[in-house]
Amino acid sequence: MSDYTLETEAGRREALRRMLLIREFDTTAGERFNDGDIPGFVHLYIGEEAVGVGTCGALEPEDYVASTHRGHGHCISKGLDPELMMAELYGKADGYCNGKGGSMHIADVEAGMLGANGIVGAGPPLATGAALTIDYQDRDQVALAFGGDGSVAQGQVHEAVNLAATWDLPAIFVIENNQYGEATPVEKQHNVDNLSDTAGAYDIPGVTVDGMDVTAVYEAVSEARDRALAGDGPTLIEAETYRYRGHYEGDHEPYRDEAEIEQWRERDAIESFKERLIERGELTEAEFEEMQAEVEETIADAVAYAKDADLPDPEQAYDDMFGEPVPEIQQFASRPRADGGTEGGDPT
Amino acid sequence: MTAQAELEADQTETMTVREAIREALREEMRRDEDVYVMGEDVGRFGGVLEVTGDLFEEFGEERVRDTPIAEAGFVGAATGAAATGTRPVVEIMFSDFMGVSMEQTMNQMAKMRYMFGGKTEMPVTVRTTEGGGMGAASQHSGTVHAWIAHFPGLKAVAPGTAASAKGLTKAAIRSDDPVFIFENKMIYEREGEVPTDEDFTVPLGEASVEREGADVTVVATQRLVGESLDVAADLEGDVSVEVIDPQSLYPLDTDTITDSIGKTGRLVVADESPLSYGIHAEVATRVVENAFYSLDAPIQRVGTPDTHMPFSPPLEQEVLPDGDGVRAAIERIT
Repeated sequence: MSDYTLETEAGRREALRRMLLIREFDTTAGERFNDGDIPGFVHLYIGEEAVGVGTCGALEPEDYVASTHRGHGHCISKGLDPELMMAELYGKADGYCNGKGGSMHIADVEAGMLGANGIVGAGPPLATGAALTIDYQDRDQVALAFGGDGSVAQGQVHEAVNLAATWDLPAIFVIENNQYGEATPVEKQHNVDNLSDTAGAYDIPGVTVDGMDVTAVYEAVSEARDRALAGDGPTLIEAETYRYRGHYEGDHEPYRDEAEIEQWRERDAIESFKERLIERGELTEAEFEEMQAEVEETIADAVAYAKDADLPDPEQAYDDMFGEPVPEIQQFASRPRADGGTEGGDPT
Repeated sequence: MTAQAELEADQTETMTVREAIREALREEMRRDEDVYVMGEDVGRFGGVLEVTGDLFEEFGEERVRDTPIAEAGFVGAATGAAATGTRPVVEIMFSDFMGVSMEQTMNQMAKMRYMFGGKTEMPVTVRTTEGGGMGAASQHSGTVHAWIAHFPGLKAVAPGTAASAKGLTKAAIRSDDPVFIFENKMIYEREGEVPTDEDFTVPLGEASVEREGADVTVVATQRLVGESLDVAADLEGDVSVEVIDPQSLYPLDTDTITDSIGKTGRLVVADESPLSYGIHAEVATRVVENAFYSLDAPIQRVGTPDTHMPFSPPLEQEVLPDGDGVRAAIERIT
């Protein structure tokens, strides 16, 4: 069984909790980035929570997911630990990637997370490859790639979907259409009305769903998963959604106005799903508030953990390049250092 | 080891470089079911330069997979497959086509293990062909191995003999790291003695002294190994030439090369890639860093003079480095 499924009351509550967890994680990550606590840069998922949560609710824990540069929500949806994620954002040794990856490269291959990815369109070939392994070894799994609307214009996405379709691999491609590829509107980057129309080029099903509706996303991905497991090949799903924040924190957003953002906020995925659960008698306002408080505490704990965690030792920069280390790198790792460790840089 | 096992371990068979690579693939596919081959026309067609040959008949289309003409897609798929538990061996028909797949190579295959803090293996092998000499013109004759040898996170080998072709291919497939094998297409027919032991490998990072000598060291790769050996034989009696095939470009066996310079004091680097910013410079730098006081003469480079490979035979012969160039380089410093 999946961690949660939208088929049960408990599962629906868990889906809501995860959406809240994503929003709280990314709101906090944005604040701590703006404080200067988190180095580098961050791309926030706020507004798009229903896509990640609806998608991963339809997957099993052993399924693979290849993510994007906007990957925090996918990681939480897939069940990754917010503490270890936050530690990674803080560049700490205990983070998912020991501080080597940061926001854009969080990965946990054992848990099926093939990585957030700094290259637009790079995830689909990796998911096609994971689907190839699944097919080759007759495993009972699927591989799913997220991509933004911008990724649909990338050549390697076409190559990946074509390969998966031609070989009938158990793959699913979820296009998160958040209306802008970086700062350029979707209609200025693509010639089709719906990005799912591109599925016709591969003779695979292509559907466009409301990405602000977690149930709609869940149903589309569930159907795609059944199809993939039956050996009928991949499905391309476009989820129409919206990011409330800029492309990256610090984006001054000259390409849109407040009114547009407000229009989408009126259809907020968390708010509407919460209302639906209350209407169905599956949730009370008080329970929701309790859930919200728990989520805030979880993320506050994650930040405290991340702040308190140790930074990596500088010489760990030389680890993990290869399974079988090479002398070219080892010579730096093993040099005596003034601080009693080893010293990087110039080997003279 | 028993006397019988020792005898078997020492047995060799004469085969071409092409056959040696094919046998390496065959043996590794028999040894490990997770190993499979994929690329353009590698299946029933047998590969455009006939390296995969009859593997399709033995292993079928699941394990000798024809791909669409889409290097980014299938190199990326091989990367995702390697991260999730299989061991693909990809063929890129001509190394010039690597540009198409460079994103997946440099940003995914090369970086995933490191970016993920070591939490993935990347057991992918990429075979590709290089080199001028057959009038294939600029987009089918390139020698680009310096790109890969330069890029962190990738290993690169370039066989010069049938034995190293087999041993390096087997070592590459058994490695949990991404390894590129650069096969010079003009030496596929070159014959040599190849160990028949199924566990014979050439470890990555080990050079081979192909001929011992006292006066000058020629570090030569691929086709230029054989041509340098011919020059060394011709010069016997006048100049004693040591010929080293590094076999592995990254990691590079610095010790074998610098030990040789300690003996000869003179170095010629012969590699078909363009002269600037490449393999020649790397070998020369390591010698200067580690054996500067042993050098008795300026280091000489033999390579392509920074042009593309032209089509017309007299043009191609003009820029293609060869034994004559190696001989002239030796004569300049001895």
